[in-house]
Amino acid sequence: MTGLAMPKPDAATLGRRAEIVADMRIIVPGEGVVDAVNEMRAFESDGLTAYRQLPLVVVLPETVAQVSRVLKYCNERNIRVVPRGSGTSLSGGALPLEDAVLLVMSRFNRILEIDFPNRTVVAQPGVTNLGITTAVEQEGFYYAPDPSSQIACSIGGNVAENSGGVHCLKYGLTANNVLGIEMVLMDGEVIRLGGKHLDSEGYDLLGVMTGSEGLLGVVTEVTVRILKKPETARALLIAFPTSEQGGQCVADIIGAGIIPGGMEMMDRPAIHAAEDFVHAGYPLDCEALLIVELDGPAVEVDHLIGLVEKIAIDNGSTTCRISQSEQERLTFWAGRKAAFPAVGRISPDYYCMDGTIPRKELPRVLAGMRELSEQYGLRVANVFHAGDGNLHPLILYDANIPGELDKAEAFGSDILRLCVKVGGVLTGEHGVGVEKRDLMPEMFNQADLDQQMRVKCAFDPNHLLNPGKVFPQLRRCAELGRMHVHRGQVAFPDIPRF
Amino acid sequence: MTTFTPENAEDVFSTVRWAAAEQAPLEIIGHGSKRGIGRPSQAEHTLDLSKLAGVTLYEPAELVLSAKAGTPLAEIETLLARNNQQLAFEPMDYGPLLGGKSGRGTIGGVLAANLSGPRRLKAGAARDHILGIHAVSGRGEAFKSGGRVVKNVTGYDLSKAMANSWGTLAVATDVTFKVLPTAETETTLAVRSLLDDNAAAAMALALGSSAEVSSAAHLPYPAVTRVADGALGSDAATLLRVEGFGPSVAYRINKLKDLLKNAGPLEEIPGAASQALWREVRDCTPFADGSDTPVWRVSMAPADGHHMVMALRMQAAVEAFYDWQGGLIWLAMAAGDPEAELVRALVKKFGGGHATLVRAAPAYRAAIPVFQPQPPALAALSARLKAEFDPSNILNPGRMMAGGVSAKVDAATEGAST
Repeated sequence: MTGLAMPKPDAATLGRRAEIVADMRIIVPGEGVVDAVNEMRAFESDGLTAYRQLPLVVVLPETVAQVSRVLKYCNERNIRVVPRGSGTSLSGGALPLEDAVLLVMSRFNRILEIDFPNRTVVAQPGVTNLGITTAVEQEGFYYAPDPSSQIACSIGGNVAENSGGVHCLKYGLTANNVLGIEMVLMDGEVIRLGGKHLDSEGYDLLGVMTGSEGLLGVVTEVTVRILKKPETARALLIAFPTSEQGGQCVADIIGAGIIPGGMEMMDRPAIHAAEDFVHAGYPLDCEALLIVELDGPAVEVDHLIGLVEKIAIDNGSTTCRISQSEQERLTFWAGRKAAFPAVGRISPDYYCMDGTIPRKELPRVLAGMRELSEQYGLRVANVFHAGDGNLHPLILYDANIPGELDKAEAFGSDILRLCVKVGGVLTGEHGVGVEKRDLMPEMFNQADLDQQMRVKCAFDPNHLLNPGKVFPQLRRCAELGRMHVHRGQVAFPDIPRF
Repeated sequence: MTTFTPENAEDVFSTVRWAAAEQAPLEIIGHGSKRGIGRPSQAEHTLDLSKLAGVTLYEPAELVLSAKAGTPLAEIETLLARNNQQLAFEPMDYGPLLGGKSGRGTIGGVLAANLSGPRRLKAGAARDHILGIHAVSGRGEAFKSGGRVVKNVTGYDLSKAMANSWGTLAVATDVTFKVLPTAETETTLAVRSLLDDNAAAAMALALGSSAEVSSAAHLPYPAVTRVADGALGSDAATLLRVEGFGPSVAYRINKLKDLLKNAGPLEEIPGAASQALWREVRDCTPFADGSDTPVWRVSMAPADGHHMVMALRMQAAVEAFYDWQGGLIWLAMAAGDPEAELVRALVKKFGGGHATLVRAAPAYRAAIPVFQPQPPALAALSARLKAEFDPSNILNPGRMMAGGVSAKVDAATEGAST
């Protein structure tokens, strides 16, 4: 593990490990408790594999009552808990702690209800994202958010991370597609938010929970909205001599009132890596390659393809191919979808970043990245959710060269600082986790972070759930709650009143 | 009794900081267009944000708009319309229903009340489009959350926490919303003369098709007579809105006609007439009669709502109409008594959801929980959240629930006098 400070392990908890394991076996009988080191290895990291840590013990509950009892037990004894879904987080959100119970939700893997008249699916949190679509696709429905890990990532994890995907400009993030959840608080209380109705009453706790990275509660049931599949989808593959032209083309498409189902951009290094890998027929003599996918009834898709083609040509595209078959559409996508492994072929290791920028800043950010690339002596390839400004730079490095991982991380941090500087944010869809935790002050001042931590205090006042994630420094709730009274020092008389 | 009318965020900050220090409760208002919703104000002073106005950033190609919280919604909608864009969640105008003028309301109020409209089925509500805020908490501390890009998961989404908080957590000073292109055209297909249950089935069929229906409402008699200047006559109308590019709308309307050819008589309502009709559905025009007889806004699973209405009709004199495919039920209680316990018991019985008493005389609003009482554990969590933002309970005290910020507030004490 590189220089990341995690909360100091609690010696008392470590000392009571045998007793805690025995108690966990009482709460979750059968195969649901794993404490052998060789078996716990499978859980020592998530998708951010640079960080590894064995947990105190792994617990895989099967019922809501078990989740509630585990959390209540830990809360009463001041034992930390790290929740985990499928372990695909790219930001270390499910990284274990030495003194924490790792609560793995993978046995909550059943779909509980499919309701076509209300177009909802009720699923346990361990059901995979794709599993929801699979359950309803025979009737022509699907679940819209499609993170690239959708074959493996769990819907509960999607709620924790507010996952996106390539279609979220048109169809929204997880937060826009989840109608309700059941969750368990650290004190064992079971709470339901929302349901099959479209808006929940009172404070939008569902909105707060979505993207809270496992620090507020453990999700035990999810109700999502499903959509009817579009009748057709076709794509355009458009190449530009400069990233500026590619960016302007995206702006003009949106300016024409068109919100494509997907709109992806790749830079030269990413195009070359992808083409060498999958031979999708990408043009190689360009700086920016755009894939624009339009979905809907054929008459609409054909109409919009004509409009987008004209916009592309007007912006100086050197290639503009329109998919003539489903096979060709998939070929256009093949290179983009294989971009990460393609980059993995040309470098021993790569580090995937996830900033969002105002789209118009793309040329400036790409130029800044080229400078940083020279400065650090590391190559970088870019794939870009062009519609919503979400940038995924892939930094190429070799972990076997001493110091190179640190260098890649420093490079990545500088890229994210650049994103914030141009009006963007640290993470568009991968989450803060441990990875971007120490960069939070680049975007938020102490008052901003304090108010976020106070929300944490309302859910988990002892900071036992997933500590060490998201916040650079967890302040005690009692300290955060103290009011600083400014009586007598406020410039009150200057306020106009009548 | 003082009214503070700050013109910049710094003065909002000093006002709230003063109020926090003095423990002086503030009623937070914009234009006051929704002032009649919630329990009657218990605040000594008023913080009026209507002078904190102006669009601060609008970049159509980036699909983003920022404005000071007191900016008139009408001004923002006009600006967006000039660029063929809109707030896709179609915020309703409560003015007419509450006996006020139409066209009032601020962008801050849109967020605080989590407004939406008939397009909520497809496009969500204010909560789904808010990208970032600057605000001052009841602690008298300025903070920000979110940003100005449409995809962002950095830190907790405190912007969403403001949605439907009715000014009880923090005073927003600046808000940033995602904006979207306006559809080129729209057409509504009306299925006529359906009973509520048949209408629910027809709407479920339409929404389950690939016709991309963006709004679905059912207006039984007499609600149907009070829209479009009576042009729809007195037969129930089940309305299905299709929006988009011209050729696509024509194709999808035909698809719906084919799908529903046996459901009942079909009529097409084109372009401007369709737009006007959906504005009336959005603003609850059928019940905007200038009175203060009780009106409920009930949210349920779309296919379940009509069962609740049928059961309610057997026990109370009530008029109803449906939006959101039946998931939003507007109820007007003819007899003057809100019948809160009955309405909420039936909502629970027929699948759950919640009921908000959006219009009633102040005496009723003081005595009856206007917002749905929550189960004890959830009410306690909400109260803890409130206390983390506003520990002295100085922001719109009592508006959402009676009493202070005690974490012990539960369903049993809801509605008790303070």
